[in-house]
Amino acid sequence: MTAPTMSAPPHDTKPAPAKKVRGRKPQHDDGGPVRRAGPLTVGGLIVAAFLSIFPLYWMVVVASRSSEAAYSWPPHLLPGGNLGENVQRVLDNPDAAIVRGLVNSMIVSGTITVTTVFFGALAGFAFAKLRFRGKNVLLLAILLTMMVPIQLGIVPLYIIMSELGWLNDVKAVIVPFLISGFGIFLMRQYSIQAIPDELIEAARVDGCSTWRIFWNVAAPALRPAAGVLGLLTFMQYWNDFFWPFIVLADPGNPTVQISLKTLNSAYHQDLSQVFAGMVIATVPLVVVFILFFRQIISGIMEGATKG
Amino acid sequence: MKDRADPHVSTAGGRPGGLRRPSWARLDQKISPYLYVLPFFVLFAIFGLYPLGYTVWISLTDQSPMSPETSFVGAENFTRLLEDSRFWNSVGNTIGMFIVATIPQLMMALILANWLNRRLRGIGFFRMAIAIPIVTSTAVVALVFGMFFARDYGLANGILEMFGMERIDWRASRWTSWMSIASMVDWRWTGYNALIYLAAMQAISRDMYEAAELDGASRMRQFWQITVPLLKPTIIFTVTISTIYGLQLFTEPLMFTSGSGALSGGSTGQFQTITMYLVQVMRTYHQWGYAGAIALVLFLLIVVMSAINFLLVRRISSDR
Repeated sequence: MTAPTMSAPPHDTKPAPAKKVRGRKPQHDDGGPVRRAGPLTVGGLIVAAFLSIFPLYWMVVVASRSSEAAYSWPPHLLPGGNLGENVQRVLDNPDAAIVRGLVNSMIVSGTITVTTVFFGALAGFAFAKLRFRGKNVLLLAILLTMMVPIQLGIVPLYIIMSELGWLNDVKAVIVPFLISGFGIFLMRQYSIQAIPDELIEAARVDGCSTWRIFWNVAAPALRPAAGVLGLLTFMQYWNDFFWPFIVLADPGNPTVQISLKTLNSAYHQDLSQVFAGMVIATVPLVVVFILFFRQIISGIMEGATKG
Repeated sequence: MKDRADPHVSTAGGRPGGLRRPSWARLDQKISPYLYVLPFFVLFAIFGLYPLGYTVWISLTDQSPMSPETSFVGAENFTRLLEDSRFWNSVGNTIGMFIVATIPQLMMALILANWLNRRLRGIGFFRMAIAIPIVTSTAVVALVFGMFFARDYGLANGILEMFGMERIDWRASRWTSWMSIASMVDWRWTGYNALIYLAAMQAISRDMYEAAELDGASRMRQFWQITVPLLKPTIIFTVTISTIYGLQLFTEPLMFTSGSGALSGGSTGQFQTITMYLVQVMRTYHQWGYAGAIALVLFLLIVVMSAINFLLVRRISSDR
């Protein structure tokens, strides 16, 4: 597969002719980006980076000060010293259910992530490396299912959940999403390049069952893709709002995003508590994102360029 | 293929039960692939396909949790929709906010990607900074921006006052609430689209630009005549994704007000979207049949809008 990633674009094969680009000194061709950035570009990038980071930074500022400080003018632009206290207050607040929300979100996102990666790898491996009748039709069917939005079936889905007695139960936000078409597709693309056919043949010759080939040959090779898919999936369900809002309407058993909404409605005046809750829900993901930036981005791009 | 392994069994095998394995192996190879892809289809049948068919059926009935009996009403829900001014209001809001948010968003993303595709020390930092909103949940975005656009103490009004302008009650009128909500959408998604464009730009050979440079084409012309046309498939992809998500807009406008009436999208429904109305009809008014009809029309709208946008983008980017 030829999914573009954040790494360098295709090399020019011939040595770089020292062309003059707007009177600048000739750039050596190392296959890097097209041109050197001018002052306007740098200025624009600084503004864009500032705008991207500022709301998150401001969230931390509000969360680390007193509630009154959120309304002061001129606004405080530096974090205060109350973050720990505010976090403690929101964790201790029994009505806010933020701890419950965090635990639920962990369970939901964790379970979905594990099963999505596992089933995605299993089915992706089958589509990439096994031969069976109807393979292409089934793959096409999976691609088509990815285009159906959840809103379309929301009323019956809600009725199903209510008949199963799963309303206000995290099962309602887990079970329908245990496997994703996107996950299968991502794993298929990766399997094609990461698992050599010879290896599978060799394992067959040695008498391995299909399952053992998957578990002992394919699965280890798929680990990088599994990591990316896992991170994307975890992020997606940690941040999901719509479906939990529908089926976990009762404030007693929320996911973290729902408890943030409840917190905001109930304690609108105590903004430092609301924002402290937001910091708890967001900062772990930001840290993971920074640590695994390259992998996550290439995963997003792989999904995007597949359409 | 299934015969290939057999001749080797006797030589390479030598395990207990080796004699029975050929038939086992054959069965294993035949059945296993289906077992591996089966879970997806089972799950999709229950939670995807079945609700889909059920939606079509329910939209033709007056089913409600409030009434014990359900009767078939034919197209009544749909004719009612045609005269439902609240529904059309939500359609107008959704399409309006979609346009207000998406056009600047994708333009900015193109420009950003073009900037990010330069040689610069620390470009990695800029890429990461611009991508970081992706990890933020819509709920958090809506809360932070909701405070930013607060009437009395919000940062936005503070800045307006600093420049000697009037405060704005952002939630009160249609346009200002649309702009506020569009800014949330754009903050969350511009970087994501920029990275997708960047990936496509990096696949463009540098030779093309060098040739254009020799011919005396300006940077601007190079951008419009090389970069944009070559990015056409990617632009179509992002426009389609933006259409699908944009027409399902829900969380941002919902969180823009707090309290019990949030699903109404403001005092006169000035920022109520289709999905908000759908949930309101389903959860507040308990009219499941009618909600099913709204869901179907919403889906139809997404398909039609995606098709229109597809044709539009193809048109525009090949004219250049």
